[in-house]
Amino acid sequence: MLTGLFNYWIVVMLMMSGLYVVIAHGNLIKKIVGLTIFQTSVFIFYISMAKVDGGTAPILADDIMHYSNPLPHALILTAIVVGIATVALALSLVVRIKAAYGSIEEDEIQQQDNQFEADKKVRKEE
Amino acid sequence: MSSLTFLISILLLQQVMTSGVLSYELGGWQPPWGIEYRIDKLNAFVLLIVSAISTTVLFAAQTSIEKEIDKNKHTLFYVLYLLSLTGMLGIVVTGDAFNVFVFLEVSSLSTYALIAMGKDRRALWASYQYLVMGTIGATFILIGVGLMYQMTGTLNMQDLSQRLPEVAQTRTVFTAFAFIIVGVCLKLALFPLHQWLPNAYAYAPSIVTAFFAATATKVAIYLLVRFTFSVFGLSFSFTTMPLQTLFMALGLIGIFIASISAIYQKNIKHLFAYSSIAQIGYMIVGFSISTVTGLTATLLHVFNHALMKSAIFLALAAVMYRLGNVQLNNFHGLGRQMPLTMAAIVIGGLSLIGMPLTVGFVSKWYLLTALLAQGWWPVAVLILLAAILAVIYVWRIIEVAYFKEPPVNNAAVKEAPMLFLVPIWTLTIANFYFGIDTRLSVQVAQAAAQSLFGITP
Repeated sequence: MLTGLFNYWIVVMLMMSGLYVVIAHGNLIKKIVGLTIFQTSVFIFYISMAKVDGGTAPILADDIMHYSNPLPHALILTAIVVGIATVALALSLVVRIKAAYGSIEEDEIQQQDNQFEADKKVRKEE
Repeated sequence: MSSLTFLISILLLQQVMTSGVLSYELGGWQPPWGIEYRIDKLNAFVLLIVSAISTTVLFAAQTSIEKEIDKNKHTLFYVLYLLSLTGMLGIVVTGDAFNVFVFLEVSSLSTYALIAMGKDRRALWASYQYLVMGTIGATFILIGVGLMYQMTGTLNMQDLSQRLPEVAQTRTVFTAFAFIIVGVCLKLALFPLHQWLPNAYAYAPSIVTAFFAATATKVAIYLLVRFTFSVFGLSFSFTTMPLQTLFMALGLIGIFIASISAIYQKNIKHLFAYSSIAQIGYMIVGFSISTVTGLTATLLHVFNHALMKSAIFLALAAVMYRLGNVQLNNFHGLGRQMPLTMAAIVIGGLSLIGMPLTVGFVSKWYLLTALLAQGWWPVAVLILLAAILAVIYVWRIIEVAYFKEPPVNNAAVKEAPMLFLVPIWTLTIANFYFGIDTRLSVQVAQAAAQSLFGITP
């Protein structure tokens, strides 16, 4: 039971730790790392799902009778590309945030925004 | 390009209304093996909304982005805008569950970049937060689709709906359902998953807000309806799973919390962003009634809300063009300086409240009818009470804009250019037109709702 579902246990573990990192860490880069782990766990999930016991790679050859389901592989290839695009966009946003705020810590950015609002109020009252 | 899609979707709607479901096999592969594009009344209706709004908004884009986006990024802006539009249209036309995820990411990724184009540095931060939330939502949908594939071996929605009932009592299908619903609700900003929305709307370039507020959440509502009604089936979604109670409660809480937050906002874009969350609450309440009238109310409100919010946000884009910001205390006397623009905001606001003769009244009327038909009068009373909150936040704008003297140094502010006024007033007049002559919107919404319930007219 436990060993048979080994892959799925790993998937659930990775999924939860990824989500935890996204929520718990204030560093923007670490958040992205968490997000990537979370996405990767789903890729593993799809690939495990496609595996057929004793099956080989899904190629057309005379001596191959059993092969793994190719569809999830194709789907995950697409999802990986999407994931890369997301990470690239997220990282470039972090670069811009660093340039604009001088920090990549969530609480410092939040503080600067609050400060900005407060300053504006003071300026108005003057 | 966008107006071309608008024309096509009008033709599609006509064809679907008369001759039924259209199906297109992508690359000549037969469904359920190949990817199928499937258009029924519901798709055609949402397609019409999205393409109509995007076309109208694009008319004003040229003038608006002049002030808000650097000259060398204008081309990029249009590319991203069209990509985002493509993604949304793709989500709506596809009949394949995995394809939904791909198109969702196409539209989301371009939207993140569009939001980050805002002048304010907080736009970057808003875009980042939306990216994290949006990616989690989309990945949830991906997990759900994977679980469904595991149980049924198919990705085609039509095929899924036939095979899912056999395995509907398994825990895997329950989990798949939960993942998909949460993922979609993140995208449609249902309370309490709405945290990303206000900042994203407020700091994005005004044109993006106008386009986005009117279409993105509507597409997510479409997905919700599609998955619950067509894929999982009505009895599974509402009987086996406690969706009705959950959505009714969350919808109502969302309406109240978001409306009250809207009252306290100083930035007008923030104010209307919160009001958007409240309006989504109305759609969800209509949805949770799970009768034909309830669903008709939801679909009608999708249509009507797109009309009013795009008019309001376009008018705000015009204010942004003249004033450079949309803070409430800069609105002093604006009713005299920009009478036509302000009138559009006021009419949009009246429509949000649900005044008779505007579109808001029509959808609220259907919502109340549906609630009363089920005998849920306490909910109906709450909905009417919530309208008072809308009166308060709209009144705050009217008061400042019409009853305060304009500041002396601000005398140079004048009416928005023609390129703004034409699309703004097209949408505003549409607000009245569809509030008086409801034949088109109601008929199509009703037909779509009936077909989802399996009733053939």
